[in-house]
Amino acid sequence: MSGDWPLWEVFVRSKGGLAHRHVGSVHAPDAELALAHARDTYTRRMEGVSLWVVPSAEIVASDPDHAGELFDPAESKIYRHPTFYDIPDEVKHI
Amino acid sequence: MAPSLPPIRPEDEAAAARLRSHGAFAPRGGDPQLSAKQALCLRLGDDALILGQRLGEWCGHGPALEVDISLANLALDLVGQATLLLSEVGDGDRLAFHRDVLDFENCLLVEQPNGDFAQTIARHLLYSTWQKMFLQGLTRSGDQFLREFAAKAVKEIAYHRDLASDWTIRLGDGTEGSARRMAEGLDWCWRFVPELFEVDATLKAAIDAGIAPDPSEFEDEYRSAIAAVLAEAQLAVPADQRPILGGRRGHHSEHLGHLLAVMQFLPRTYPDAVW
Repeated sequence: MSGDWPLWEVFVRSKGGLAHRHVGSVHAPDAELALAHARDTYTRRMEGVSLWVVPSAEIVASDPDHAGELFDPAESKIYRHPTFYDIPDEVKHI
Repeated sequence: MAPSLPPIRPEDEAAAARLRSHGAFAPRGGDPQLSAKQALCLRLGDDALILGQRLGEWCGHGPALEVDISLANLALDLVGQATLLLSEVGDGDRLAFHRDVLDFENCLLVEQPNGDFAQTIARHLLYSTWQKMFLQGLTRSGDQFLREFAAKAVKEIAYHRDLASDWTIRLGDGTEGSARRMAEGLDWCWRFVPELFEVDATLKAAIDAGIAPDPSEFEDEYRSAIAAVLAEAQLAVPADQRPILGGRRGHHSEHLGHLLAVMQFLPRTYPDAVW
């Protein structure tokens, strides 16, 4: 049965103010049941306050064969990291 | 060749004689030891326990992994509700695991076999729609425990009802095969609906005490709500059949004993087992 169902990627917002994070995927025949399946699979232990589901087929992914040219140039560019600032204690979630 | 069963010894016969009254359909007017509130908690707790056990039987057998988890979640909600309700009556574990068929007061609908997925969904649509309306009334109960219980449980059951509606619509308005199964599941369960609206002496006492809603007041609303889901599902409302009553008085279908045999086996066989 689930073999016929499309795959949906599931994103959970763990609490207000935080971004939705990818947590996994579910099979479901349509968007409404994808939300239900995501709710039952990924938020049964109070993991979230909001859910997104996105058809996996709609995700545009980078080509692993191009990983070298895409990501390697970012190596050894330490000046791109904001590690030269002192973050005040009151600032959370950085 | 040795006989396959051991001989019946005099001590076995003596033990059986002491159990003479068991198995008889003695009239039960509710346990006089129970208050109106406890008697209400017992039947609602039995509904939740038995339906939770039924849904739990799907565990590992669901039509899809996601559905398996969905059904287990529904089951756990119900077992949690049963724990709260039966604990108001006495020792919840003893009530769940050490009573026999005739002492259960759940309605007949919840003990009906799972059948296929469509029949399970039909049963859940019919029960959760009723349960949600009953719990909504119970949030205005004169009893604090029942009010607080209902406020918590009604959210769980609102989800149960949504999920059951969603699946009813998808199966009914799905393929020829799924529509046929959904219609057959509804036909199976339909004769057990009138029992949900029966106001017997126990429920009347709770209504009169101002702690329970009167289900006959929301029967029209219930039938409209079910009809609306079935219309969207392209399914006909089943023809009314001869109602089958009696679960609240301990007169159960043959299915409940089998359910209890599985559910109660471990604590009855290993009374000291802990987890």
